[in-house]
Amino acid sequence: MPTHPASPLERLTDDDLDAIARELDAIGDAVRADLGEPDAAYIRRVIALQRALEASARILLFVTRSRSAAVGGAALLTTAKILDNLAIGHNVMHGQWDWMRDPQIHSTTWEWDAPSTAASWKHSHNYQHHTYTNIVGKDRDLGYSAIRVHPDQPWHPVYLLQPLYGIALALIFEWAIAIYDMELDAVRDGRKTASQAKSELRAFARKAARQLAKDYVLFPAVSGRRARRTLLANLSANVLRSAWTHTIVFMGHLPEEAETFPEQQLEGESRGGWYVRQLLGSCNLDGRRPFHLMTGHLSFQIEHHLFPDVACHRYPEIAPRVRAVCERYDLPYASGPLGRQYRSVAKKILRYALP
Amino acid sequence: MRRIAHRGWPQRRLLDVASLLTTPLAPDDFLGLVNPLWSNRQLAGRVVDVRQETSDSATIVIRPGAGWRGHRAGQHVTLGIAVDGVRHQRSYSLTSPPRGVDGHISIAVKAVRDGLVSTHLVRRTAPGSIVFLGQAAGGFVLPEPPPERLLFVTAGSGVTPVMGMLRTLARSGALHDAVLVHVDRQPSSVMFAGELRRHAGRRTLRLHEHHTAQDGRPSAAEILQRVPDWTERETWACGPSALLDDLQTRFDEAGVAARLRVERFHPAVAPGAHDAEGGTVTFTRSGVTVDVDGTTTLLAAGEAAGALLPSGCRAGICRTCVGSLRAGLVRDVRTGQVSGGAGDVIQTCVSVAAGAVAIDL
Repeated sequence: MPTHPASPLERLTDDDLDAIARELDAIGDAVRADLGEPDAAYIRRVIALQRALEASARILLFVTRSRSAAVGGAALLTTAKILDNLAIGHNVMHGQWDWMRDPQIHSTTWEWDAPSTAASWKHSHNYQHHTYTNIVGKDRDLGYSAIRVHPDQPWHPVYLLQPLYGIALALIFEWAIAIYDMELDAVRDGRKTASQAKSELRAFARKAARQLAKDYVLFPAVSGRRARRTLLANLSANVLRSAWTHTIVFMGHLPEEAETFPEQQLEGESRGGWYVRQLLGSCNLDGRRPFHLMTGHLSFQIEHHLFPDVACHRYPEIAPRVRAVCERYDLPYASGPLGRQYRSVAKKILRYALP
Repeated sequence: MRRIAHRGWPQRRLLDVASLLTTPLAPDDFLGLVNPLWSNRQLAGRVVDVRQETSDSATIVIRPGAGWRGHRAGQHVTLGIAVDGVRHQRSYSLTSPPRGVDGHISIAVKAVRDGLVSTHLVRRTAPGSIVFLGQAAGGFVLPEPPPERLLFVTAGSGVTPVMGMLRTLARSGALHDAVLVHVDRQPSSVMFAGELRRHAGRRTLRLHEHHTAQDGRPSAAEILQRVPDWTERETWACGPSALLDDLQTRFDEAGVAARLRVERFHPAVAPGAHDAEGGTVTFTRSGVTVDVDGTTTLLAAGEAAGALLPSGCRAGICRTCVGSLRAGLVRDVRTGQVSGGAGDVIQTCVSVAAGAVAIDL
């Protein structure tokens, strides 16, 4: 039985946790109170950029003949799809811009260019993942059913193949989460009614059909003789977007520094306890501004988990304050460059493929 | 791009087909980026002129975008504008005749003390600004054709819908036997004073101004005294509720209640200025009404009363519990801040009622 390093949660007293909650609340409140026109302009700019990129990509693919222009079009389309997913969709659906009261940029109305419907994703992500972050058996984002990343998960021979199907999962990630998020297995054990599952399935089928029709039927069809090229460009954009999103999602909670928790952790958990659990379960990625934009600022996974509904472009400025709180209470603050975190996650996946 | 501004069915059909290529967005989401006025989904307008009316009021001339369906004199429009990044909506009477010059519409705004939106519109709005518009609404309108003998009673900015009516009448040459009794603080605070006095000078309008700074608040009886034949006139009145109630009583007593139409201004309550704790909460979709105190969240109260409400984390994190307010104000238990108003979206798990609340859940 591998030994677990003692969690700081065992050391902190209730008073410590309350003090941490007060300090972190103050950081979040200060940003929320300071939101204004420049912040509204930021999200409008990102949305305009995303739409401009997407339109340019489609036009480039439509009008040009050369192979390199097609590659350029695919690259622009990939960038546009990543921005739609991470920099806009994820954050808007967290309610980060609800304070603007703009009905067009609101968590209740936003729909993204991915197969999962906004409604089902908001339930599985905003609710399940952000409430039960890194609780083994409760947080479905960790993929505990498909991939073994923790010694407490019982081993099964199928996990020997997880390095292989782990890669496959990355390539079809958007479809995997769309289906996974509907939690159809919940019908079997009675946590979800059949009629609810049916209506979710119908909504998913409707959305998926439109998504598939757009990228693999209609755009190729209007491209005429260049149909095959357009189809390939669309396919590669979707696959690359999936792989990138998968990378960012896995890097946020799976590197070796990230801690996981048993279900008992939830019993009587205080606000401070919740904050510390978010802190211990998340890892940041180091990088420059364009990198942060392309991750939707999920490179600031720690700040995002502490303040999921605070406008994401403010995370860089509050990160030093969060780090200072961590130092005061001798809490780890995990952060590293993408390459290092990648190796760390890969090591885990390889290690736990074996018993 | 006038053609886009008046989309018929071929354009609409084209947009439907195009939406298959822009899914999950609409073609409007791309068109609106090039020019907000092209968007059909979000009716917008561009401010083309801001004309000072008095020291604290201004007429704002707006070119409405595609999808504006026109209005009738006396109607009002909901206008949305971002102040410090936050969209606020208010209703303003339209002061322009229907189908005005260049298709422009206008509203007139009086800067209310502590009025966030009205002050912004009067003092800080420049030509070129984009505003968001609802469709014209309201039944405070002139019939078609207009009656021969008219009486208007207005107070303060209550003159704005009537100005729209007078301009419409004047344009069609139908303004000849109208009386306007207008109540205002002093001569300099009267909106459209020049225009009104010009009409009076040309005898197309009989104008009685009543200045409260000098003569105090007039009763309905005092106002009607100036118009001996008031029982024979079709009357439109707009102003503070007390005055309108008083007028209604007089018309009832004279047995001519049907001749009076009133428009009430609901003053917007400034957030923070409200100290009501708790109230009656109506969940309109569930059909549940419940009295709550100032500490029970709307979610808890609704559930206890049997409403089936969406919810998740109950700590204000996951936003599963959001619903759109129909009316009322709520207090956020985390910040103590009071906010709300029709159309505002709130989180029921961290909101308590600040007075009566209706929510679309």
